[in-house]
Amino acid sequence: MIQFEKFTLPNGLRVIVHQDLSTPMAVMNIMYDVGARDENPDRTGFAHLFEHLMFGGSVNIPEYDEPLQMAGGENNAYTTNDLTNYYIQLPAENLETAFWLESDRMLSLAFSEKSLDTQRKVVCEEFKEHYLNKPYGDVGHKIMALSYKQHPYRWMTIGKELSHIENAKLEDVKNFFFKHYRPVNAILVVAGNVTVENVRELAEKWFGGIPAGEKYQRNLPQESPQREGRKLEVHADVPLDALYKCWHIYPRLDKRYYVADLLTDILSGGGSSRLYQTLVKEKKLFSNVDCSHHGTADAGVIIFEGKLVKGITMDEAENALNEILEQLKREAVTENELQKVKNKTESMIAFEDMSVMSRANSLAYYELLGDASWINNELEKYNAVTSKEMQEESRHIFDEKNSNTLYYYAN
Amino acid sequence: MLNRTKAPQIIDAVNFKLSLKPCVKIILKNGVEVYTIDAGAEEVLSIEWVFAAGNWFEEKNLVAATANFLLKNGTSKKTAFEINEHFEYYGSFLNKTCHSETASISLHCLTRHAGELLPVVRELIMDSTMPEEELITYRQNMKQRLTVNLKKSDFVASRTIDALVYGEQHPYGRYSRGEDFDSVTRDEVLAFYRKYYQKSKLTMFIAGKLPNNLEQILNDNFGDLPINDVTVGDIPASPAEEKKYRISNDPDGVQGSIRIARPFPNRHHPDFIKVQVLNTILGGFFGSRLMTNIREDKGYTYGIHSYLQNNIKQSAWLISTEAGRDVGEATVNEVYAEMKLLRDEPVDEEELQLVRNYMMGIILGDLDGPFHIISRWKNIILNNLDETYFYQSIDTIKTISAREIQALANKYLQPESFYELIVV
Repeated sequence: MIQFEKFTLPNGLRVIVHQDLSTPMAVMNIMYDVGARDENPDRTGFAHLFEHLMFGGSVNIPEYDEPLQMAGGENNAYTTNDLTNYYIQLPAENLETAFWLESDRMLSLAFSEKSLDTQRKVVCEEFKEHYLNKPYGDVGHKIMALSYKQHPYRWMTIGKELSHIENAKLEDVKNFFFKHYRPVNAILVVAGNVTVENVRELAEKWFGGIPAGEKYQRNLPQESPQREGRKLEVHADVPLDALYKCWHIYPRLDKRYYVADLLTDILSGGGSSRLYQTLVKEKKLFSNVDCSHHGTADAGVIIFEGKLVKGITMDEAENALNEILEQLKREAVTENELQKVKNKTESMIAFEDMSVMSRANSLAYYELLGDASWINNELEKYNAVTSKEMQEESRHIFDEKNSNTLYYYAN
Repeated sequence: MLNRTKAPQIIDAVNFKLSLKPCVKIILKNGVEVYTIDAGAEEVLSIEWVFAAGNWFEEKNLVAATANFLLKNGTSKKTAFEINEHFEYYGSFLNKTCHSETASISLHCLTRHAGELLPVVRELIMDSTMPEEELITYRQNMKQRLTVNLKKSDFVASRTIDALVYGEQHPYGRYSRGEDFDSVTRDEVLAFYRKYYQKSKLTMFIAGKLPNNLEQILNDNFGDLPINDVTVGDIPASPAEEKKYRISNDPDGVQGSIRIARPFPNRHHPDFIKVQVLNTILGGFFGSRLMTNIREDKGYTYGIHSYLQNNIKQSAWLISTEAGRDVGEATVNEVYAEMKLLRDEPVDEEELQLVRNYMMGIILGDLDGPFHIISRWKNIILNNLDETYFYQSIDTIKTISAREIQALANKYLQPESFYELIVV
């Protein structure tokens, strides 16, 4: 049970305090309700580029990192399709430094041309490092674009292409900031060796005077149900053929999300999982397999990926995969196997909860989804999943009409 | 009116009194040393079995790594699938890793399941059969993985720089080729397993919420394992003659993987701790000289880092980055320019204070929780140090002078001592 208190400042900033006196540290986590899904299709990669610009100095503080390092702290940030998150860890005695820095950059950035110019280059190098300069690097882009036709999950957070990042203008940066980075669109979590009184006082002092801004109304095109299987063939200079397959699942708050999540654990993730045991060990068709999902807020996808053993044809490989999925539809998962994936979930949660940083991040995330207290009901929701539901959902999800297949051939 | 231009008062982290929570040592009936930390709120355990079974001891490339990998792929009573199913049923995570001097098995589990899991770990140590069938699958899949990795410039650069610094025959510099996987036989792997696991030099590290009867269940499961007194002999490094390399790996590559490295003594050398401070200034954190210049000013890279390698016998000081194809040479030049600056001019007091505070804050944060604490202890024990190493580090961070740092830069940051490599 993770304890916390929550209050809202008059400008709409939600504040959550989670005390843990066993650590000498404090964590500040600020989550903004904006991600790559909120981007203009001709300006993709912007939310992430913007995250970089948040470190380029704010209206009253020329350097963000230095004062924090001087206070013995460190920080980082990440952007997903759904949200942007900034976090700091520092000695609890110096907590106010975090309030000072974070509130100033929520007030306003410095909007420097030099910072934009440099970060455009840095993000282009990030794009190259992770998506261009390695074999199969473009798979994420291709499979998302194949699976989504309306919803903005069709592009990745890094952006569709380098040119979108190269063309970003300072004007775009300003507009984006004042639209999304307002108190009313943010959640502040302070955790660790702190008191509620102190956090309340500091929050009012540093964040209280920032104009509320307008609540961002998200109105995204939702993906209509897929009626026909889609296939794409790619030939590239890679050493091995690979097979990728994607199926649409449910939004994060849908009860069936938990069923889909456990289905991926049945299929993959351990040495005793079905895909590994059958495809890699017994039939020796793939040299590695993985099956996962992104856990996105709007309806996400389950993604299968595997590299084929040399000499195996794509047909053989795909048929064997389909046979495993057919078995899931045909025969209910045994209680024993279901218990196994529930036990795994229980220990994953326990291990994640060891770190204050991770607890702070989760609290912000559940609050963004709707209510921070949901952090304490997750295990219950997983435990409620039945074998019958697993079977029913596997029939819906692993329907050929709901699938997107990428055949990635070695030249 | 709030003055936002003025930073709040801080307490300099150098004023913190940091202490390393002592670990409790248990000695099993057979003499195996177990180091434990009992702490944390969650009912979880991390247990690691560290064997003197790294590639230092192999007579043929990949035998140590293969033996380590196949540990959980079959015993005389259980198949690989049954072993995995057992650990996974209890929601636990069983991993194995092979390093140079050591190789280990590690288990993360809920404390209440330890009793169901430890007997099977014992079975892996005493009764693995390393089936031929498993070896064949492993060999094939590792060879496939290697062909993919060899397309990546960062992979090629990292293994090449180690081979240059230590020599291709040295355990730290040795790397795998497809044909090496082919030539490893089950007999060789089994012989290695018998010599270094079944009869072993074993040390254990345990952290988390410890069960009340820990000592008893450890003795029941591991107190009678046969002990082998293995020593890590000296294998001299044979560094390459030539220092500068440019390798073309992918004609369409859009980035170059840059590695610049020099040999460096191990943790027992008096300069090792001091150089940690110099290294932090050079490239050890986000505010470092290299990051500030090459990423934040010039935008040549997404990240650039420097560090001392975590080896027991001998270390190397390494600078590593992936930079745009056209700015590779410019990046290398900037790295040397930063070294020169550190040689020529003392670090100013404000920057030094920032680095001291930053390093102290990181250590403070890193002493948080049982798993972090045990990993500090493991580092100390496996390097044959004691806790004075920790306190000396703290003391050095607090007191090292700009003049000493400059002297170290002049001693070590000489371009001619560095191997330099760009792989595109």
